[in-house]
Amino acid sequence: MKPRHKRLTLIVAGLGVLGVAATLVLSAFQENLVFFYSPSQIANQEAPQAKAFRVGGLVEQGSLKRQSDGLTVSFNVTDTAKTIPVVFTGILPDLFKEGKGVVAQGKLGTDGVFRAHEVLAKHDENYTPPEAAYAVEQAAKARKTLQ
Amino acid sequence: MIPEIGNFALILALLLAAAQAVLPIAGAARGDRTWMAVARPAARGQTLFVSIAFACLLYSFVVNDFSVVNVASNSNSQLPLHYRVAASWGSHEGSLLLWVLMLAWWTLAVSVFSRHLPDDMVARVIGVQGVISIGFLLFMLLTSNPFDRLLPAAADGRDLNPLLQDPGMVFHPPMLYMGYVGFSVAFSFAIAALLGGKLDASWARWSRPWTTLAWCFLTCGIALGSWWAYYELGWGGWWFWDPVENASFMPWLLGTALIHSLAATEKRGSFRSWTVLLAICAFSLSLLGTFLVRSGVLTSVHAFATDPKRGVFILAFLVFVIGSSLALFAWRAPKVGLGGKFEIVSRESFLLLNNLILAVAAGSVLLGTLYPLFLDALALPKASVGPPYFNLVFGVVMAPLVFLMGIGPLARWKKAELPDIAARLKWALVVAIAVALIAPVVAGHWTPLISAGLFLAFWVMAAMAVGIKERVRHLRGGLFERLRVQGRSYWGMQLAHLGIAVFIVGVTIVNGYQVERDMRMNVGETVRVGRYDITFKGAQNLTGANYTGARGTVEVAHGGSVVTTLHPEKRIYNVQKMPMTEAAIDSGVTGDIYISLGEPIDPTGLGAWSVRVYHKPFVTWIWGGCVLMALGGALALSDRRYRLLARRDQAVGLARAGV
Repeated sequence: MKPRHKRLTLIVAGLGVLGVAATLVLSAFQENLVFFYSPSQIANQEAPQAKAFRVGGLVEQGSLKRQSDGLTVSFNVTDTAKTIPVVFTGILPDLFKEGKGVVAQGKLGTDGVFRAHEVLAKHDENYTPPEAAYAVEQAAKARKTLQ
Repeated sequence: MIPEIGNFALILALLLAAAQAVLPIAGAARGDRTWMAVARPAARGQTLFVSIAFACLLYSFVVNDFSVVNVASNSNSQLPLHYRVAASWGSHEGSLLLWVLMLAWWTLAVSVFSRHLPDDMVARVIGVQGVISIGFLLFMLLTSNPFDRLLPAAADGRDLNPLLQDPGMVFHPPMLYMGYVGFSVAFSFAIAALLGGKLDASWARWSRPWTTLAWCFLTCGIALGSWWAYYELGWGGWWFWDPVENASFMPWLLGTALIHSLAATEKRGSFRSWTVLLAICAFSLSLLGTFLVRSGVLTSVHAFATDPKRGVFILAFLVFVIGSSLALFAWRAPKVGLGGKFEIVSRESFLLLNNLILAVAAGSVLLGTLYPLFLDALALPKASVGPPYFNLVFGVVMAPLVFLMGIGPLARWKKAELPDIAARLKWALVVAIAVALIAPVVAGHWTPLISAGLFLAFWVMAAMAVGIKERVRHLRGGLFERLRVQGRSYWGMQLAHLGIAVFIVGVTIVNGYQVERDMRMNVGETVRVGRYDITFKGAQNLTGANYTGARGTVEVAHGGSVVTTLHPEKRIYNVQKMPMTEAAIDSGVTGDIYISLGEPIDPTGLGAWSVRVYHKPFVTWIWGGCVLMALGGALALSDRRYRLLARRDQAVGLARAGV
């Protein structure tokens, strides 16, 4: 092969590899993007039924209940306007508390109960997950525009 | 008084950094030796003053000077001494000072170990380091001064975040920063070469050991962080694809690519402009990481309080550094010229593929890390990119890289033949396939991923064995002598590659065979996890130095006899009232037993608890692999070639100077 052809082959092969890799990365990306919905959005039926998503807000005071197996807990997540019931089986993060911010990832059941497979940990007592803060903020804004 | 001295030292350091940045670069452009000669003394002076500032901060923490905001917010009189020392880099301001300190030390090292380099090169390298230093010193003095006073002084401090009260905090940040900041040297060499318009093999040779050293530190730093997260966060994961982890991992990926392309540039003069671009990108990602972590745009354990002013400053600095270096690259790179010719099948091509794949991997991590931020900035629906994306993409992208890792070192420079390589590696392939098929059958559990992982790991090791055998076969002398003459950089490469194989073994076996049980355990209850019988003996109240809590007792038995007794803890720290899980781990070469307390089911805390009982086979191999990689880098650094060439360069330099 002439040097020019060789370089061309290299470039074409390189671009081919890059193309395949990019396609793969982008399709994996599309599939694994997890969207966030606030309790109000879920109440408005904006959230998908089959796909996993995140919900965030505050854990409603007095809503935390532990079931008899000792591992399954249910609690309500609220953005102060709307509330959504959440069920989670497993060990809650250290800083999970009623009245504090929380973000849960999972799927919405047909019965309207959110089945979380992950409750996200916070790392600092005074810190509210921004997604939770955002949900509360949006609900407050919505209330203001209604008034 | 001491904090004021620290503050003043920082200002002096800034002035010296300005001198260090401007005069040598201008001098190198005008060919003015006196101006260039400013580089070394200015860099040393800057290092001295930054070190004084850091010592002042350390002192303030050690003596509990709560009239300093930084100390009052991040320390406490109850805090043990070693954590008070670590607390000095536990805050935003303190970690920036550590950053600048590391930068100064790296520059100092360059100024000392660069005697054999041409004067204009040294002047430019130190000058570029000075520019970076100015940026960070200004940032610290304008927006995040670690010596700001709190008047009147606080009675006591707000304490260090309990998560950070761990030996990991003493070692992880300095090690990581050494690596992070170390890439600045590779960057400065690249910019200096572009400014000087001389990008030859000697440039690559000078820059190579610095890059390798930074890479070693970064590897250790990341591994330490991962190990720390594993035992401290209390749920047994070792990598979370947390944005801040990604921020340190992206420079690592590009740094790894850079090490390999530097090898090709040094040995064959190939990919010169690509290597320069990689050096620029690797350090840009270090800066981007600093921006992500320090500006508060991310939510993670590493993120501190948000202050928009800080974010804007770092972003502006980031745009300046990356923009101007890329512009310089675009202007100068066309003059660099192409390197030596090579065939489509050759070691150069394999290295190019390695670089391509590592760049794609870094790009995919970058996409996953930044995309949620873009959505945020554009006020689009919020979304996050979770571990499934990273795991999938990473596995698929890196598998071919590891496969090629077996082949690359056996390919000849310039021109290699595929049938020849295939013939040499056929037994390695047989061994790898055999292990991949037989081992899961013996272990009693099989998934395609287990076989794939074992195949890759043993492929790398078997191909390595073939390579070593070929290298020593035709030599004379005893086996040891024949192995020794290969040189340390060869063994360094093999050791680092072995580290990758060991790492893959660890990841594969943990993911394939781990047992994770989150369960409620009554006092006296026994559960079988893997080969072990785990008995929960109950929990007692606990009082520690600056915390109270509960301490569980768990017996681990194997075949009827007790192997060990573990004591997982649940702590509530006195000052911040923050609960913390302290896992108890029985660590071994073939696996860890990992137990952590969840919550008391019974409110007294003396009855049943929810408990995490995990068996993590071969998990230590993950970090062991990283240690091997770093050791490999260190071994390559000690190669006598560098010392010999340094001596030769010096002789040439002296001859050129007409001495």
